Amino acid sequence: MRRRLDPWRIGIYALLTLFALLFLVPVYVLLSSSLKTFVEVEDLSRLWSLPSGLHLESFRSAWFGIPSKGLRGLSQNLLNSVYLTVPATIISSVIGSLNGYVLAKWRFRGANVIFPVMLFGMFIPYQSILIPLTQTLATIGLGGTIWGLILVHVVYGIPITTLIFRNYYAEIPTDLIEAASIDGAGIMGTYLRVLFPLSLPGFVVVIIWQFTNIWNEFLFAVSILQKPALQPITVALRNLSGSQIQEWNMIMAGTLIAAIPTLLIYVLMGRYFIRGLLAGSVKG
Amino acid sequence: MSHVRRERWIAFFILLPSILLIALFVYGFIAWTGVVSLSQWDTVMPDYRWAGLENFRRLFEQAQGVAARRFAIDLWNTLFFTILFLLLCVGVGLLLAILLDQKVKGEGVFRTIYLFPMALSFVVTGVVWQWIFAPGTANYPRGVNALLHGLGLDALRWKWYTDTSGIGPFHKALIPVILAAAWQLIGYTMAMYLAGLRGIPEELREAARVDGASEVGIYRHIVMPILQPITLSALIILGHTSLKIFDLIYTMTGAGPAFATDVPGIFMFETTFQGNHYAQGAAISIIMLVLVALVIVPYLVSTFRREVQL
Amino acid sequence: MTKKRVLFGMVAVLLVAAMLLTACGKPKEAKLGGKLEIFSWWTAGGEAEGLNAMFKIYAAKHPDVEIINATVAGGAGMNAKAVLATRMQANDPPDSFQVHAGHELIDSWVKAEKMEPITFIFKDNGWMGKYPQGVIDVLSYKGEIWSVPVNIHRANILWYNKQVFTANGVTPPNSFDEFFAAADKLKAAGITPLALGDNGIWASVHLFETVLIGTLGPDKYRGLWNGTTDWNGAEVKAALETFARMMQYVNEDHAALSWDQAAKLVADGRAGMTIMGDWAEGWFKSIGQKPNVEFGWVPAPGTKGTFDMLSDSFGLPKGAPNRAAAIAWLVVCGSKEGQDAFNPLKGSIPARTDGDRALYDEYLKSAMDDFASNQIVPSLAHGAAASEGWSTAVSNAMTLFVSDLNVAAAQSAMAKACVDAGVCK
Repeated sequence: MRRRLDPWRIGIYALLTLFALLFLVPVYVLLSSSLKTFVEVEDLSRLWSLPSGLHLESFRSAWFGIPSKGLRGLSQNLLNSVYLTVPATIISSVIGSLNGYVLAKWRFRGANVIFPVMLFGMFIPYQSILIPLTQTLATIGLGGTIWGLILVHVVYGIPITTLIFRNYYAEIPTDLIEAASIDGAGIMGTYLRVLFPLSLPGFVVVIIWQFTNIWNEFLFAVSILQKPALQPITVALRNLSGSQIQEWNMIMAGTLIAAIPTLLIYVLMGRYFIRGLLAGSVKG
Repeated sequence: MSHVRRERWIAFFILLPSILLIALFVYGFIAWTGVVSLSQWDTVMPDYRWAGLENFRRLFEQAQGVAARRFAIDLWNTLFFTILFLLLCVGVGLLLAILLDQKVKGEGVFRTIYLFPMALSFVVTGVVWQWIFAPGTANYPRGVNALLHGLGLDALRWKWYTDTSGIGPFHKALIPVILAAAWQLIGYTMAMYLAGLRGIPEELREAARVDGASEVGIYRHIVMPILQPITLSALIILGHTSLKIFDLIYTMTGAGPAFATDVPGIFMFETTFQGNHYAQGAAISIIMLVLVALVIVPYLVSTFRREVQL
Repeated sequence: MTKKRVLFGMVAVLLVAAMLLTACGKPKEAKLGGKLEIFSWWTAGGEAEGLNAMFKIYAAKHPDVEIINATVAGGAGMNAKAVLATRMQANDPPDSFQVHAGHELIDSWVKAEKMEPITFIFKDNGWMGKYPQGVIDVLSYKGEIWSVPVNIHRANILWYNKQVFTANGVTPPNSFDEFFAAADKLKAAGITPLALGDNGIWASVHLFETVLIGTLGPDKYRGLWNGTTDWNGAEVKAALETFARMMQYVNEDHAALSWDQAAKLVADGRAGMTIMGDWAEGWFKSIGQKPNVEFGWVPAPGTKGTFDMLSDSFGLPKGAPNRAAAIAWLVVCGSKEGQDAFNPLKGSIPARTDGDRALYDEYLKSAMDDFASNQIVPSLAHGAAASEGWSTAVSNAMTLFVSDLNVAAAQSAMAKACVDAGVCK
C-alpha cells in the first residue's frame, strides 16, 4: 500500500507539530525553571536557557520541605488532596448521574424549570459567596473540616455533572427505558439495570472534569480548611511562596509534583474521554 | 396511587437534595450578596444599614472617582477578552480536531499535549506566562521578544501586557492574557470537536463524495452543521469561564498598568478583601451575575422551548 | 462550746494564713496546656525560619502547649487577609494573627471591637521604656496599645550598584537635585537610572511615599494621615510632579517586573539605583552579594533623618480560644530573646531598642542606629499610615497616574480617598 506522502499530509503534520511546539513552550519553562538554581531562575534574561545542571534540590525541598527552616513540604498534603478529591468526585458524579437520568427520561411538571435553575448555579463567581459560605458551614458544624469542603465541591459540581449526564442520557433511546418499565422495573430499578451499565463513558467525562477542577481548586480550600494538617496540595503549593521573595525554582518543582496525579488521569483515561464525549454528552 | 404517579414522586425525591442544596448554596447566597450590595458594609465587620443603589451608582458615575473609571475599563475588557478567547478556543480547537481526525500517526501523543494544560493549576501557569510575555526593554529584550529578536523578527516585538494603549476601548494588553487562557482550554474544545467529528458516519461523507462534492464542500455543508450543537455547548461552558475569570489574570498581570488587564473578578476580589469595601464588592458581583444571565438565560430559554416542541 | 469556737478560730486563722502566704509568695508561671493557633503569611524563606525560631523559644517555655502554625501564603498576605476576615466574621478567631502594625489593624479589627487592648502586657513586662515613642504611637489608639511589633523594616532606602556608580563618577544622592543629576549621568551612559518593578502597583506606591516624605518632611507627611496636611495643597502637587519626573528615568518594562526582578537589574549593573524597603538587602545577600561591597545604600532622596517604618506585629483577638497561651506568645514576641531570634533570620531589626547588635549585619546595624535617632514615620504602602480601604484607593489612583502622569487627576483622586476614608473634610 503506497503511503500517502502528498503535500496535504506533510502540511497536516507540520501544522500539528507547530501547534504542539507552541503548546509545549510554557511546559518547557516550567520544567527548566524547576531544575535551575535560585540565582539562575531569578534572572529573567536566562528564561530560555537550559538549566546549568539537573538541580533536583528544588524538587526535594518542595516535596519534603525544610523543617529546620520552618518550610513545610508537599508530602504531607498530597494525601489530603486525595481524601478530598476522590469522595467529592465520586459523590458529585453519582448525584449528577441520577439527576441527569431523571431529567432526561422522566418528564414531569416542572422538570423544564428545575434544570435551568440548577444550571444557573454554575455561573456564580466564587469569590462573592466566600463569606456566607464559611459562615453557613460553621453553623452546620462542618466549618474547617474536609467533609465541609467535600460538601462544597459536591454542591457546586451538581450543575455541570447534571448537565453532562443529562445530555448523555438524552441520546439513549427511550425504548430501552420503556422496555424495562414493561418488565416491571421501577425508576431506580431501570437505572440500576439498564442505564448504569451504559454510563461508563459519561462517568469518564465527568470524573476527569471534576477531578481536575477539585484537585486544582484553591480559593475554597484555603478559606475553609484552616488547619495546615488538613489542607490540600494546592494550598501547600501556595505556601511555598514567601511574602516578599519567591523561590521560583522550588515553586515550579512543586507545581509539577502537584500536577502528576491529574496528568496520570489524563494519560490513562484520555482515550475514554474522547469516547465519552463521542457518546453524546457533547451535544448542546 | 397509580404506578406512574409514584414514579414521578420518586423522580422528584431524587432531585430534591440537589434542589435544596442549590437553593441554599446558590440562590440563598446570591440573595445575601444582593442584600450586601444594597448595604453600607465598608469595613471588616458586617454593617447592614441601607444604602440603596449607592454602591451601584459609584460604579457607573464617572464623577464619583476612580472606581467608575476602573469598572468601565473592566466591562470593555471583559467584552474584548470573551470575544477573542471564544474565537480562539473554538477556531483553533476545531482546526486541531480536524487535523487530528485525518488518521495521523501519534494522534494520542498530540492529543495529550493539547489536553495537558488543562491539568495545570491556573495559579502557576499565570506566573509562567508572565515571564514569557515580559517585554524587557529595547536593548534587552526578554521572553517572547528575545525569541523574536533571535529569529530576526524584531518588527513583531511589542510591549505585550505592559502596553496601555488600545484599539478603541479594547486594550491590546489583554492579548497575551487571552493567549494564555486559550492555551489552557483549547484542549477541551478540541476534544469535544474530535468526538463530534468521529461521530459523523463515514457513509454520509462517502455519499457526498460520490455525488462529486469536494472535501472542502463536505466540511462546509455536512460536517459544520452537525458540529453546531458542540459549538454552542463549548461557547456556554467557556463563556461562563471567561466571564468569571480571576485566578489566571490575577497571577499573570494583576489589574495591569492603568487597569489594562483588569476584569470584574479582580476588581471584586481587591475591593472586598484588600480594601474591605464589602458592599462595593457585592455590587460588582451582582453585575457580573447579571451579565452572565444576559448571555445564559436566552440560550436556556431557547433550548428548552425547542425541547418541549420535540 | 468554747472548744468548738477555738477550733473554728484556729482553722480560720490557718486558712487566712495559707491564703496570705500563697498571695504574697513568688508568682509562679502558670503551667500552660492546650493549643496555640498562630495565623500568619510567613510560609517560606527567612520569615518562616524566624517564626520557627520563635516557636522553639515558646515551646521551651511552655512544653505542654501544642503550637498550630496556620499559615496562608499569597502576595503580602492578601489571601491571608481574606481567610482571616472569614474567620473573624464567623467568630472563630485564631489565638493570634500577624498583621501590619498601625492603621491596617486599628482601622479594621480594633475599631470593629474585635481586639483586646494589650497595654497591660507592655506594662507587666516593663516594655514601655524599651520601644521608641514613635513606635508606641503607631501601635496606639485611644490611649491603648493593640499589638506587639516583632520586627521593623525601613521603606525609604535607595540601593545602588557601587561599581556602576564608581565607573560613571556618580555619588550616592541625598536630595532630589542630586538624584536627578546622578540619573542624567547614568542615562547618558546607557544605564537605567532607577529600576522599578511595580507589577501589582505597590512598588510604585512605595516609591511615591518616599517622594512624599522627601518633599513634605516627616511632620507634614504624618499630617497627611490625620487630616492636618492638605492633600490638595502645593506640596503634594510638587511630590506628584517629582514622581512624574522620576518616571522618565525608570525602565520601560516596569509593569512586567516584580520588585526583586528590578533589584536584579541593579545587581547586574544594568540599572544604577532602586528604591525599596530593606528586605532588598536580604535579597541581594541571597544572590551572593555583600553589603557595601557590590551594593550600597543611602536614605531615599530628601529623607535623611527620617525612618519610614513598617512592622509585622501580633495582637490578641477577643475571644481567643486559648487566651493564656496567646498572651504567653505575645510575651515571646515582644521579648529581647524572641526578637533577637527572629530578626537576624528575617533580615529586619528588632522593634526594641535593646537588641544584641552582634547578631546583625552591617546594614542592619546602621538601621538600628537610625531607628534610635531618626524621626519615625509610618509607611503607607505597608499598612502603618492608613486603613486598607484608604491605601487601596491610593493604589487605584497610582495605577492610573503611573501610566498617564496626570498630576491634577491623581491629586484630586488622592484627596477624595482621604475624604472617603473619613479623615479629611
